[in-house]
Amino acid sequence: MGRIQLKQVKKSFGDVTVIPPLDLEINDGEFVVFVGPSGCGKSTLLRLIAGLEDMTDGKIEIDGQDATSLPPAKRKLAMVFQSYALYPHMTVRKNIAFPMRMAGMDQAEQDKRIASAAKALNLTDYLDRRPGQLSGGQRQRVAIGRAIVREPEAFLFDEPLSNLDAALRVGMRMEISELHKKLATTMVYVTHDQVEAMTMADKIVVLQAGVIEQVGSPLELYRAPRNKFVAGFIGSPKMNLIEGAEATKHNAQTIGIRPEHVEVSTTDGLWQGTVGVAEHLGSDTFIHVHGVPGCDPMTVRVGGEIPVTHGDTVFLTPNLQHLHRFDAEGLRLA
Amino acid sequence: MARAVTTQRKAINTAFAWGVGLLIFFPILWTILTSFKTEAQAISDPPVFLFFDWTLENYAVVQERSDYMRFLWNSIIIAGGSTILGVIIAVPAAWSMAFVPSPRTKDILLWMLSTKMLPAVGVLYPIYLLFIKLGWLDTQIGLVIVLMLINLPIIVWMLYTYFKEIPGEILEAARMDGATLKSEILYVLTPMAVPGIASTLLLNVILAWNEAFWTLNLTAAKAAPLTAFIASYSSPEGLFYAKLSAASVMAIAPILIMGWFSQKQLVRGLTFGAVK
Repeated sequence: MGRIQLKQVKKSFGDVTVIPPLDLEINDGEFVVFVGPSGCGKSTLLRLIAGLEDMTDGKIEIDGQDATSLPPAKRKLAMVFQSYALYPHMTVRKNIAFPMRMAGMDQAEQDKRIASAAKALNLTDYLDRRPGQLSGGQRQRVAIGRAIVREPEAFLFDEPLSNLDAALRVGMRMEISELHKKLATTMVYVTHDQVEAMTMADKIVVLQAGVIEQVGSPLELYRAPRNKFVAGFIGSPKMNLIEGAEATKHNAQTIGIRPEHVEVSTTDGLWQGTVGVAEHLGSDTFIHVHGVPGCDPMTVRVGGEIPVTHGDTVFLTPNLQHLHRFDAEGLRLA
Repeated sequence: MARAVTTQRKAINTAFAWGVGLLIFFPILWTILTSFKTEAQAISDPPVFLFFDWTLENYAVVQERSDYMRFLWNSIIIAGGSTILGVIIAVPAAWSMAFVPSPRTKDILLWMLSTKMLPAVGVLYPIYLLFIKLGWLDTQIGLVIVLMLINLPIIVWMLYTYFKEIPGEILEAARMDGATLKSEILYVLTPMAVPGIASTLLLNVILAWNEAFWTLNLTAAKAAPLTAFIASYSSPEGLFYAKLSAASVMAIAPILIMGWFSQKQLVRGLTFGAVK
């Protein structure tokens, strides 16, 4: 069981409140991702759950038990850090064994768990090496191994992939997702990368300035962002937000249309514009179009190849079924 | 052309560094040379540099006249004891300053260092009286404690600098892994700080070994270390330069040899944190 409840949790550093009172429920076995721009308080929130940071006010319950004043080790949570935080003077085996050694587990059980974690994470050949002799991906796997052997109630990941290169990141993303499927343990994962959030999460928590903007499944957030911030943050490339006369036509302050929901034509369409940059990826083409009223540039995503280049005139037509409308406060209109 | 200028500059810099190095080393070299001269050669005018009758007589006399081994043993106990005791106290102190600093931590560190600026003689009288009261005059324990206290600010400062270099996340990981404060310091922090702790130990052994003010003032015969051994040769009975030099060489030899073998560690330790 790994149910985590945050009740009116608040964190201030001196006079500065980084997290105003906040409620959140993380269900057993869920993969929850905290996402938001730098400084939005997502890591602080994770550290509050871990017990590495003291709360200013509020209550944290883990499995229905009040964990507010429990030290980190007593919360039955395991954490994987951005910098891996391996013990550089210990071998991989000793790194993985460390939490079990601290718990006073008998040697036979330790060996069994190390062997099984090493096998699951492809670390068997590296058990006698030191962290310094491993690649970034291997180090991250050791950090995960150290977390797994404790058989925690929940795993906490603090931007675990941001120190890895792009290719490795994709691979590790899959490995963590698979691990979650296999262990079915609650995982709380912090990232600023919305692609990671979309691909891994059961539930995404979008944060801005310590405030939860929206909680929902990846597709809920994609289809019905609650406000302009979530609309702009979730989805890649970003949603186009259009203000002015075009928005007024739809009885809104702002309208939003995702790049993949705009049709491109070289002959006719609703809006006319000039191609600024066309990014040809092969599978897709991203076109940045200037001159669309109320939105400059407007980004459009076209599946496959389309022969447009800088300076070409194009016509754009939004798919009205996928149009998002927001009021003056930036909140979604039904 | 640019390359030629660089090479020339390099040569000048190297020569300059050697010059400074030799200037610093010269008194030690002169002491060593003098220790092998006769008393007459030692004070001859003009002084002789290398071409004299080399003799070991001074060493024989010094060895005969004083119990070198007793002084050496006292030095080892006092320098080693004060350093070890200092490190035991300084590790937790530096840990708390580096990892759980309070708004006043910087002030405390500066205040600690400021105690080093006080002339030692300013507190000689109260410490002397305290030693009489405690019965610590001319005892090893007394000197171990006083030298530990004298060097503690430096030990804390050095360890604090090393600890600051250790990423806090690793200690947090240890905390998540269930390590108590004791295990965290013992199994994670200390092994990671071994190079820093080693150079702190070395430097403090050297400082304590060479410390003369307190060792001379608070000892008489029983607990006197090698500094007192040297001092006994610059006595009212007249200056015997050659014997004084021989005694000095015998006193500094152990620490010089230790320093020579650990110079890499010392340099690394002293520049740690300065280049990152």
